[in-house]
Amino acid sequence: MKKKVISALLCAAVAGSMLAGCGAEQAADAAAAVADAAATAATEAAAPAAEPAATEAAAEEEAAPAGDEGKVLNIYCWNEEFKSRITDHYPGYEEVDGTHGKMGDVDVVWNITPSDDNAYQNNLDETLLKQESAAADDKIDLFLVEADYALKYVDTDYAMALKDLGITDADLSDQYEYTQSIVTDSNGNLKGSSWQACSAGLIYNREAAKEILGSDDPADVQAAVADWAKYKETAAKAAEKGYTMCSVNDTYRTYSNNVSGKWVQDGKIVVDANMDAWVNDSMELVEKKAENTYDLWGDDWAKGKKPEGKIFCYFGPAWFFNFCLDADQDGTIANQGGWGFCEGPQSYYWGGTWICAASGTDNPALVKDIILTMTTDKNVLKEIAMADSDCVNSKSVLADLSGSDDGNIALLGGQNPYAELAKGAEGIDLSNISPYDQGCNEEFQAAMKNYFEGNASKEEALEQFYKGVEEKYPELSH
Amino acid sequence: MKKRSNVVKYNRWGYIFLIPFIVVYVVFQLVPLVTTVGNSFFEYYRSGLTQIGPNWIGLENYKSIFSTPDLWQYFGNTMIMWIMGFVPQILLSLLLGAWFSNPSLRLKCQRFFKTVIYLPNLIMASAFAMLFFTLFADTGPINSILMQTGVLDAPYSFMSHVWSVRTLVALMNLLMWFGNTTILLMAGMMGIDPSLFEAASVDGATATQVFFKITLPLLRPILIYVMITSLIGGLQMFDVPQILTNGTGDPMRSSMTLIMYLNKHLFSKNYGIGGALSVFLFVITGILSLIIFRFTDNRKAIK
Repeated sequence: MKKKVISALLCAAVAGSMLAGCGAEQAADAAAAVADAAATAATEAAAPAAEPAATEAAAEEEAAPAGDEGKVLNIYCWNEEFKSRITDHYPGYEEVDGTHGKMGDVDVVWNITPSDDNAYQNNLDETLLKQESAAADDKIDLFLVEADYALKYVDTDYAMALKDLGITDADLSDQYEYTQSIVTDSNGNLKGSSWQACSAGLIYNREAAKEILGSDDPADVQAAVADWAKYKETAAKAAEKGYTMCSVNDTYRTYSNNVSGKWVQDGKIVVDANMDAWVNDSMELVEKKAENTYDLWGDDWAKGKKPEGKIFCYFGPAWFFNFCLDADQDGTIANQGGWGFCEGPQSYYWGGTWICAASGTDNPALVKDIILTMTTDKNVLKEIAMADSDCVNSKSVLADLSGSDDGNIALLGGQNPYAELAKGAEGIDLSNISPYDQGCNEEFQAAMKNYFEGNASKEEALEQFYKGVEEKYPELSH
Repeated sequence: MKKRSNVVKYNRWGYIFLIPFIVVYVVFQLVPLVTTVGNSFFEYYRSGLTQIGPNWIGLENYKSIFSTPDLWQYFGNTMIMWIMGFVPQILLSLLLGAWFSNPSLRLKCQRFFKTVIYLPNLIMASAFAMLFFTLFADTGPINSILMQTGVLDAPYSFMSHVWSVRTLVALMNLLMWFGNTTILLMAGMMGIDPSLFEAASVDGATATQVFFKITLPLLRPILIYVMITSLIGGLQMFDVPQILTNGTGDPMRSSMTLIMYLNKHLFSKNYGIGGALSVFLFVITGILSLIIFRFTDNRKAIK
């Protein structure tokens, strides 16, 4: 008998530890379970005084300003950027901890998944597909998208049309057109809004410009890089002086934004003539050692942020100033205010973050307010521009900034880039974006690196590009 | 009569103790295994947020993965990088194992060294790969040391040459696993009857003779075990080359392993092609393991 008891206990222990193991794997679920348990406990505690309590609660809900709204606002994004914008500029937002905040009596839950290896989209996809069956407080309310894959979400019913939230065209009239065409679905519904206008240009190293061109004045530098032929001449001069222009991947977007057709046409992958030009121009410069082949964001690429990196320029939009140039670190060029800005060979945009409302949100009024405040309120936008050197999505604020000292940026040596940025934003043409851009751009750059580094012929590299894209999008062919 | 029913009752506990294993095995191994084989016959992927399939397409997935020589190239890459890591690893482990288990050497601080050689295995493979990526970057410390000591004039791009990438992957696998192998082999060596070694030394055998005539033959079962586990691990090589090459397997996919290729299909959640690849990998692993088993059985039969 004793043996049996001991055995039974052992069994229970084994089974118990097994279950415990399962539980630990999903910390988030466990946390949710704890929350549920707490809620149940609260209900139970309230049970004896059931009826009066319930009436009270109902009365309270009616009294609250947005009585029919959910109590939890779920925001999906991939880094801290939007969170810090909300924390700094959204009136009435209180930070609770790293991933939680409060707006009035609504709890804000930040679900931040990094973009690396597509993790952000994988997570968002799974959650959006379950959106309909999810409990009201677990439904996604807001999610952010980038231009490269915006259409993947915008062109579905998972993103809500802004007009259904009650946001009118008049509210958005001050925004740049290209920021709206990115998030307009195939039926012409606008489904997102951005606080940034990410027109980009050429950010050059002033010291290098003096050495190579004899002047660091934006107008003189612009004249030296006004088109790709002049750019190549300047690159040759830079190489003579021991400078590298930049990475081939820096110039990539300038070419890829100015294509004459989409990446995918009728289910076929098409390499545009301008992409071919990027390959040929880049190869020419790599052979002259005037450009390198470093991957963006890598350590090698980042060396150019310091004078001893001997890099002439980066290509980037306004967010690049604050986000990428490490102005707060000693010894960087940005720290000494040593960068300059000009339009560069062609106008283009890079990146930007769009706010989309998820269909099925239980906080439509709050979502509407966040979108309006963060992307159309001129005071907030001006604050953002000045505090974070963002190029904001408002024609009038940019016009305002370009004409005043408020727009001078220290890391650009006090230069005011807003006139160029505004001009660039007007000139962006986005008729050629497709939902496949992210995969095609990534694969094209990765495949061509083999060609630039001499590990493959151009044809072989192209084959590899097709192979890579067709793995990502099995429905395509070439 | 009564006695027998007691035995049956007692045996019942055996089955009860087996339940946790069976449940875990069925849920996490058997069900995925069967569904993987099933999925390999379907067109089944996601395009954006739209689910395509599952549509029955028979052997189309298999046809498409065998229609190009790519699969064999990735299989070749995997085997090359495994062999490049495994051969030096087994030699090093045999040497270290022989030293550690040889009482006549009277090595000091054995425990310390055994711990130290095992340590690299405790580092996450991805962290280890990141470390190597940084060390061997164009502007990284290895290149600056080589340039300052005058070995190189210009930085050598380790990540842009086929054999340097493969060597780095092999080196990392070697560093991560030689401690583990050493401990396994050492355990095997210590299990050999000491009277054999004594008899050999009475007969006047040299240390080399003892190693080749006694230690190695008697170590064979452990060596086979090490080889099979390492082979299976090698076929599933993923994290080190994935992180080191940022998922591209470049240059020109010469360091892309089978599992990295499988991972490429997960971007579109392509369970069809992914399933077919997994079945291929399963078959290959089975065949290679069988070959090794057969090989050892024959050797035993000849003796």
